[in-house]
Amino acid sequence: MSIADSMQPRLSPEDAGKLEQTWRDPPGIIGWFSAINHKTISIRFMVTTFGFFILGGLLALAIRLQLAFPGARLVNADLFNQLFTMHGSTMMFLFAVPVMQAIAMYLVPLMIGARSVAFPRMNAFAYWIFLLGGLMLYIAFFVGVGPDAGWFAYVPLSSLQYSPGKRIDIWAQMITFTELASLMEAIVLITTILKMRAPGMTLNRMPLFVWAILATSFMVLFAMPAVMLASTALITDRLVDTQFYNPDRGGDALLWQHLFWFFGHPEVYLIFIPPLGVISSVIATFSRRPIVGYPAMVLAVIATAFLAFGLWVHHMFATNLPELGKTFFTAASLMIAIPTAIQIFCWIATLWSGRLDLRTPLLFVLAFFVILVLGGLTGLMLASVSLDTQLHDTYFVVAHLHYVLMGGAVFPLFGAFYYWFPKFTGRMLGERLGRWNFWLFFIGFNLTFFPMHVLGLWGMPRRVYSYPKEMGWGSLNFTATVGAIMIAVSVLLFIVNVVRSRRHGEAAGNDPWGAGTLEWGTASPPPAGNFEMVPVVHARDPLWAPKSLPTHVTGLSNEYREILVTSVADAELDHRLWLPASSIWPFLAAVATTVLFVGSIFTPWAVVWAAAPVAAATTFWFWPKKDIIEKRTGSEVNP
Amino acid sequence: MRRHAVLFPILGTAGVTETARAAPLQDALHAYGIQAWHIGRLWNFTLALCALVFVAIVAACLIALWRAPRADAKSTPPDMTSLIRPERGIHRTVAWAVGAATLGLLALLAADVFTTRALGRMPLENAVNIELTGHQYWWEARYLDPDFQRQFSTANELHIPVGRPVIVTLKSKDVIHTLWVPNLHGKRDMIPGRTTTMQLRADQPGTYRGQCAEFCGLQHAMMALLVEAEPDAQYEAWAERQRQAAPAPASDAVRRGRALFLEKSCARCHTINGTGATATQGPDLTHLAGRKTIAAGMLPNDAGHLAAWIQDPQSLKPGVYMPANRMRPDELHDLVAYLETLK
Repeated sequence: MSIADSMQPRLSPEDAGKLEQTWRDPPGIIGWFSAINHKTISIRFMVTTFGFFILGGLLALAIRLQLAFPGARLVNADLFNQLFTMHGSTMMFLFAVPVMQAIAMYLVPLMIGARSVAFPRMNAFAYWIFLLGGLMLYIAFFVGVGPDAGWFAYVPLSSLQYSPGKRIDIWAQMITFTELASLMEAIVLITTILKMRAPGMTLNRMPLFVWAILATSFMVLFAMPAVMLASTALITDRLVDTQFYNPDRGGDALLWQHLFWFFGHPEVYLIFIPPLGVISSVIATFSRRPIVGYPAMVLAVIATAFLAFGLWVHHMFATNLPELGKTFFTAASLMIAIPTAIQIFCWIATLWSGRLDLRTPLLFVLAFFVILVLGGLTGLMLASVSLDTQLHDTYFVVAHLHYVLMGGAVFPLFGAFYYWFPKFTGRMLGERLGRWNFWLFFIGFNLTFFPMHVLGLWGMPRRVYSYPKEMGWGSLNFTATVGAIMIAVSVLLFIVNVVRSRRHGEAAGNDPWGAGTLEWGTASPPPAGNFEMVPVVHARDPLWAPKSLPTHVTGLSNEYREILVTSVADAELDHRLWLPASSIWPFLAAVATTVLFVGSIFTPWAVVWAAAPVAAATTFWFWPKKDIIEKRTGSEVNP
Repeated sequence: MRRHAVLFPILGTAGVTETARAAPLQDALHAYGIQAWHIGRLWNFTLALCALVFVAIVAACLIALWRAPRADAKSTPPDMTSLIRPERGIHRTVAWAVGAATLGLLALLAADVFTTRALGRMPLENAVNIELTGHQYWWEARYLDPDFQRQFSTANELHIPVGRPVIVTLKSKDVIHTLWVPNLHGKRDMIPGRTTTMQLRADQPGTYRGQCAEFCGLQHAMMALLVEAEPDAQYEAWAERQRQAAPAPASDAVRRGRALFLEKSCARCHTINGTGATATQGPDLTHLAGRKTIAAGMLPNDAGHLAAWIQDPQSLKPGVYMPANRMRPDELHDLVAYLETLK
């Protein structure tokens, strides 16, 4: 028995069966569409985002093959422009941000000792909306109307005059889908974290991963409305002839850039902050000690989240904004390096003073210290107005952003999969394949993206479908393509590893890594209600702390989805709440909403007529059930 | 091509290597103008500082990996002493490191501010004024002069005098483009509805290539610009030639070509001074034959490419606004013969 097993209070088999029955998703095909358990939805969400990651990666591979040789004619200009637009949009909107929310949706309740996320039906609705929006984009791409104005869709290029047809409308509506899903996920996660933590888990004891998710979710609330506003104004400009962005009619082309980057820069941190939580989890476990400087780490994450909103103009240094104003944004962009530096130093200090187990999850996290650090330093170069005028919109920026996003997010994310896969499935991922996966990825990544720094300095601009031989960019581009193929092989190995380990992997047990956070204190995979009994928390790393009483909460119903609501700061008991049961209506409401969104690409009247089915579906969704209300009121106890 | 000295911008050896170079220069690491030189200096400083930090962090990480004992995660109990006894030594080290990082960032900020000031202080006496307008997918240049008669237009190729400041006024007719001639200066957006300027100076003669840097549509990749920096006298001679109307036809073929130009659709979009063709949708062709390239730097300017371009621009550069022109081979021959005289 490990430390965790002995900590875990058990129910009688009969009660455990009842609890499982209460929380699990209904069987059958309708049951499949009615599922609302956060783990079910999260697994679907992760698989979906990973599917988009593969698609986006294949697009990138096509881009790399086209650019491997000067003057290549593998794809034409039109397809190339669609490829890079789809690649960017997929990776930013359909992979990087949602995958973090998907993982959080699985882990946060387990880490804070909750039975579910808050608003489980809305959670399911958000997933369906996300899936349907992503499918719409890819269906459009495969029938030849993929968007082609870049993932940033600058006006006036994306206006009706310069981009006739429906391509841009589809892109803009995809934004509506994904941002709607993202906003709802943020609300679910914030509420879960602030109101559903196990008794005793004060804010000061919250795992750093949960802090990272909390900060990210608040950022989503403030960043996403800007891009939804921007894309909606673009849609109305195109569909009903408003003139938000038309300089000839009193609009402004730069307005788009301000709104887009007011979202777009924080978005980088939406992608980057959750992995900071992953890194803290992995380093603590594999260094066999708590992270150095917990308060500094928390404050650094919060500072990053605030500062992220003050940097957007550094994407616009080549415009004619006033120079003094630009210098302010240079200062802000440099300043955000400080909280990141604090975290990096604290992690290195943790590694320095720990006892290390160099397993695959830690390898992926260690790559962060090379790749992200390099990406961060090139970010400092781009933060300077004068230097940026040379580097902006060249391959230097392509290199920088991939170093930041791959080093800051994708590498830790793979580490996260190796780390939590045992919890998701009950089996370990293969260590040998894991090491191949890691080294191929690490070497392939640097081979692909390091040369791009040099290409940018040699004058190669971004988003070009071809280049003349005389420019001398051929050899480095070829090198980059070879690296891209290595990455593809590495990801293939990862898929092989997952498929094999799911069936034949070594059994994990509750806590294969001897970790300290609550999710390792329950079975792998966890029961439908997460914990047989809701734990009581007495320390930051509950499974590492000496056992204290009380260990768990009693008195919650096993027959209804009853949860504890606790206070925001100190997680003191507040009241009991019954969460809703499974329902098909979130799925149907998502389908109705999809009809509305897709219809409005073609006619503004869709907003009017398709509102009826949306209203109907949401009405049935919230229709109260008499017997449940009676039981609920019957179970209330007067103080 | 010269690809050594990657890390260090050099001010000027263009004159020496001019003949040896196969292609015009387009890179940010070799400065041939004062503005690019200022930026290059900032690059050197920033690169050195960042490289230092990178090496320090990776080294700290490697030393940590090297010195920390190994343990099996599952069977090793966690070390919780840090909760009982605060690790003051470690905290102090982290604080010092953060302080050093902050100082480094302040140094970068100061360097940036000084560079911005230096860029704004280039003397502007006796400047050449050029109004550059971005189009999908070509560059329209108008050389301004207080005397309206002395103004002239050209396209896709700028000539500038070495050592004299040039003030480029940037505009766009359609979508956002970006002017970027990296050997002379950083880039500047050309935004419809806004006018902005860029001040630059070439300090060595040479041909510098630039390319549109903001994604502007289907043929964004094929929107290049050549900047010919030449001694002042040579520049003045060139400008004087540009002010002249097109030469009168000297042979029958050329005369027929000129008639074709005016009859067929050509004159609906293009100007040739002295012929009555004054449309401005496409590039001014008055001195077309004096340019090195056609189709915004995409093709060399010779009879063969010119003929192919006139007949079917869409297959060479799909999405360009110039329509296909079907004509008999002899007509095409005459038209090209005429265009070739427009020196």
